[in-house]
Amino acid sequence: MRLKTEDGGWSPYLAGALVGVLAIVSVYATTQWMGKTNYLGASTTFVRAAGLLERTVFPDRVAGNEYFTKEKVRVDWQFMLVVGIFFGALIASTADKSFKWESVPPTWEERFGPSIGKRGSGAFLGGVLAMVGARMADGCPSGHGLSGMMQLSVSSFIALAMFFGTGVLVAGLVYRRRAS
Amino acid sequence: MSFEQILGLITGTAFGFLLQKGRVLRFEKQVGAMLLKDMTIFKFMLSAILVGMVGIQLLAGTGIIVLSHKAMNMGAVLVGGGLFGCGWAVMGFCPGTSIGALGEGRWHAVFAIAGMVVGAALYAELYPLFKSTVLAWKDFGKIGLVEVLHISPWLIVPVFGAGILWMFVWFERKNL
Repeated sequence: MRLKTEDGGWSPYLAGALVGVLAIVSVYATTQWMGKTNYLGASTTFVRAAGLLERTVFPDRVAGNEYFTKEKVRVDWQFMLVVGIFFGALIASTADKSFKWESVPPTWEERFGPSIGKRGSGAFLGGVLAMVGARMADGCPSGHGLSGMMQLSVSSFIALAMFFGTGVLVAGLVYRRRAS
Repeated sequence: MSFEQILGLITGTAFGFLLQKGRVLRFEKQVGAMLLKDMTIFKFMLSAILVGMVGIQLLAGTGIIVLSHKAMNMGAVLVGGGLFGCGWAVMGFCPGTSIGALGEGRWHAVFAIAGMVVGAALYAELYPLFKSTVLAWKDFGKIGLVEVLHISPWLIVPVFGAGILWMFVWFERKNL
């Protein structure tokens, strides 16, 4: 087993195991210093970001919304965690020169062509659907997939199976050309 | 910035660094897994789970941290999980990786991020409707495998861990 990939990345086993260590350190640190155990997650931040943006146009609508009130629209620990993911990826990719401007990924281009409009519409609509689903399931591959599985939560096993099972079905329909 | 925000930013930067180094932020890797051609994201996730669960179960067992299970709400997990899978396949990113993908220059992630912000706002609008329908179906509460199986986590962890290792051997043998 190699620790490095051809393009200067790390073995996914190594990088993943280090995320496991990070998850342990992080739950310990948040419990000790914030008084509450916080688990790695990402999708609730999109609710807070939506609330912050919507509030600039319709403040009353956000204030009166049950879901926004429940999730508390503010820049919290997880919000900054998600912001940090951007910087971490930027630092790592600039350092090993794997940073690359990409407007249409190869697998997409093979199936739908080089149109940015098509890729943008697909990504946008997929994003809407995925986020409605993630909020309904109360988690995404970080919250359920990593944190929930580490805690051995029943809901996370089922959520992850649903995420991936449906993903496989839909990806098969979307990216595989029918042999005709 | 408050202390809480700084802590989040530092943790997130480390998380993003590792996600990028593991090369799991990319559309190709995520869709590659869904097309059953490239299991990089599973090698990464399962390694994180393997290491993380030991530490987290230890810390929880000694009372240093508290577990926070997400509710086992049938409608939420089945319908929500299914919707997520549909969107994930087309988008090629998940919420956390979309932000990271933007950080490594895959700028088409902005469309995915915009879609997800709109999706979150839409969910907030539809929440009352979902609460009386999908979410009202059957809720088993915030349960863990330990409570359901009535056995020690230290019986579950080795079995689950062995299952993960077995999958790694399989991925390598099949060159996935």
